[in-house]
Amino acid sequence: MKRAFPILAIATAVLLGYATYQALWVAPTEQTMGEVQRIFYYHVSSAWTAGLLFFINFVASVVYLVWRSPKADALAMASAEVGVVFCTIVLVTGPIWARPVWGIWWTWDMRLTLTLVLWLIYVSYLLLRRFSASGQTPVMAAVLAIFGTLDIPLVYFSIWFFRTQHPQPVMGGGGSIDHRMLRVFFVNLIAFSCFGLLVCWARYRLEVLHREVEETQALESLLEVRSSR
Amino acid sequence: MSYLIAAYLATWVIHVAYLGSLVRRYTRLRKQREELSNR
Repeated sequence: MKRAFPILAIATAVLLGYATYQALWVAPTEQTMGEVQRIFYYHVSSAWTAGLLFFINFVASVVYLVWRSPKADALAMASAEVGVVFCTIVLVTGPIWARPVWGIWWTWDMRLTLTLVLWLIYVSYLLLRRFSASGQTPVMAAVLAIFGTLDIPLVYFSIWFFRTQHPQPVMGGGGSIDHRMLRVFFVNLIAFSCFGLLVCWARYRLEVLHREVEETQALESLLEVRSSR
Repeated sequence: MSYLIAAYLATWVIHVAYLGSLVRRYTRLRKQREELSNR
């Protein structure tokens, strides 16, 4: 698996480069919004990847609660952190798109507000893991993650349930999209998903290494105490 | 156009900053592990 990582990293970098080229130069310019519409290729792909990572976090948290697997706990930690990075990009690129299109940076629209709530839930998850010294921290974090996941379908379906300024989805929203735009969108979706999963894998390995070092340090200090007696 | 550039720049600044933090943490942990194994 370790040998596969550099190969996958190079393949993902090439795919991301291709996706960026497609998004900036190949996709046709949208008629009403103009060039700024191209933000959509990064914004939506980042939102999808954040959702995917939070879903991995949910599955890993359930596995941890049922079987108390340390690997599942490490994966939950890794996917939450990388998910927060992608969610941050969604919250940054969204207002940059909204300013020229809506004339405002932010509005307390249901989709936007729920996305901010989702980000806050996972930031609090990371803060809990960072600052809680309790032995029950992984359990509390797993429970928080399961409740946090409930916000994901709310974010997605909010544009159907509530009146909103946010654009309708690319598919199933009643609108239509140019097939060349759709192709570029899927290229970016795949590229960002691969990138997100690869970074999550790297973060998972880092978490495993961190735990190994902590365990060795704890063992060493225990041995030092015993030898000093 | 400036908004488009700002969005793309922001995206990659965030990603590069995060990847940089991962590399820093990995380097520090490897160093710690080596120190522990040398004791």
